[in-house]
Amino acid sequence: MEFGNSGSLSEDGIHLDMDRLKKGEVNLGTSIMAVTFKDGVILGADSRTTTGAYIANRVTDKLTRVHDTIWCCRSGSAADTQAVADIVQYQLGMFAMTNGKPPTTQTAAAIFQEICYANKDRLSAGLIIAGWDERHGGQVYSIPLGGSLHKQTYAIGGSGSTYIYGYCDTHWQEGMEEKEAVEFVKEALKEAIKWDGSSGGVIRMVVLTAKGADRHLYLPDTDYKVRHST
Amino acid sequence: MPGFDFSNYNRNAALHARGVPLPKATSTGTTIVGCIFDGGVVIAADTRATSGPIVADKNCEKLHYISSNIWCAGAGTAADTEFTTALISSQLELHSLSTGRKPRVVTCMTLLKQHLFKYQGHIGAYLVVAGVDPTGTHLFTVHAHGSTDKLPYVTMGSGSLAAMSVFETQWTPKLTEADAVELCSQAIQAGIFNDLGSGSNVDVAVITKEKTVLKRGYVKPNERGQKLKSYIFPKGTTAVLNEKIIRKEDLGNYVSVHELSTTEDDAGDKMEVDA
Repeated sequence: MEFGNSGSLSEDGIHLDMDRLKKGEVNLGTSIMAVTFKDGVILGADSRTTTGAYIANRVTDKLTRVHDTIWCCRSGSAADTQAVADIVQYQLGMFAMTNGKPPTTQTAAAIFQEICYANKDRLSAGLIIAGWDERHGGQVYSIPLGGSLHKQTYAIGGSGSTYIYGYCDTHWQEGMEEKEAVEFVKEALKEAIKWDGSSGGVIRMVVLTAKGADRHLYLPDTDYKVRHST
Repeated sequence: MPGFDFSNYNRNAALHARGVPLPKATSTGTTIVGCIFDGGVVIAADTRATSGPIVADKNCEKLHYISSNIWCAGAGTAADTEFTTALISSQLELHSLSTGRKPRVVTCMTLLKQHLFKYQGHIGAYLVVAGVDPTGTHLFTVHAHGSTDKLPYVTMGSGSLAAMSVFETQWTPKLTEADAVELCSQAIQAGIFNDLGSGSNVDVAVITKEKTVLKRGYVKPNERGQKLKSYIFPKGTTAVLNEKIIRKEDLGNYVSVHELSTTEDDAGDKMEVDA
């Protein structure tokens, strides 16, 4: 592997490199979000993955299943977030089998946090965990870079999220109908994609309710208006 | 413990910080592609291996065997693609023997990504994994840091941009086998002609439910032509200006000559040779 040009040599001879991503690493320069609504939660994401200036995948699926009705939005390093999500998916599968009942969203978020915090200096992973469970209904948890855990009514993340803090704050309503919530997520992500160069492609969504997981797909060809089959 | 030794890492980092360049590994500055069609999957590669600006091998193999129904195209560090594919091929064969099932492409992809993630990108293997198993036809890319993608058509290596431009303009859903092979071949040729790191021939592997066909040298667009002229100079091309002959017996007049003994006894410092 090549060393980057950044970084310096400290007195003890240890090479310090402040770059979060290693050279040539696949990056999810992303716009992701998750919101609670009346019947559950909705996760949303753009579909762009980049290596430097090149788009390595224009139809990426950043919404990852870790259990039937517990999903996560991934941002940061593709390799790191996939590795963490794979471990959690295994652990939740094990949990469901040993306890004979599905895990809660809080349990899933706590396992995510455990991994993100214990390996905080080795990972660049910004995650949003959203899920529906029998006991608490729809919930959203956010785990930013340091490995802290925040329960929120809605969460936004990734490089594109900086452009939509104002939009989300003014347009957010507690206890929306599913249709309203889908429009809220879609319009927010449309703005993030419009202003953030590292975000783009299609808009993917997952609606988590008592009925299970429902996937949405919106293409730029139809100005993100029509719901396409996946 | 088997594996890599990182004990010289800090020393190398210190040397590097003082301007010592890193040694060059033979890399496959490469074009590799893959494409799914109705009933199977095609992968293809160019055959140039480079070491810096030098072409190290004009006809190397970048399509690696994993199992009879799974093949891998490799870009990045040649040694790393060769050994990681061989390692995972071995693990998958043992897994198949122990479970009594045919190896699956997702299993292969997972083994590769977990191995590469463990080494945090130090193993410079960039792979296109393709195959047909009892669950269907699959095509993946695996990056050196351990991230994976699942797509209907993929490109990797330094020629990936040229190759992707072909896919993005020519690809259609539900291709026939012949169309997929031709499209992959065109994508590789885009890499061969437009990317300095790629060159020579096109290798293709076609995997279907029934069988796998490896087409080594499917297209050879860089064959050496017959030279129009011989460049062997005839004797006497260079004129002889003067001639002087010194015989062996008279060599002593010019240099001092010592005859070496060939007997065993006085061979004082005879060379040591291992048995």
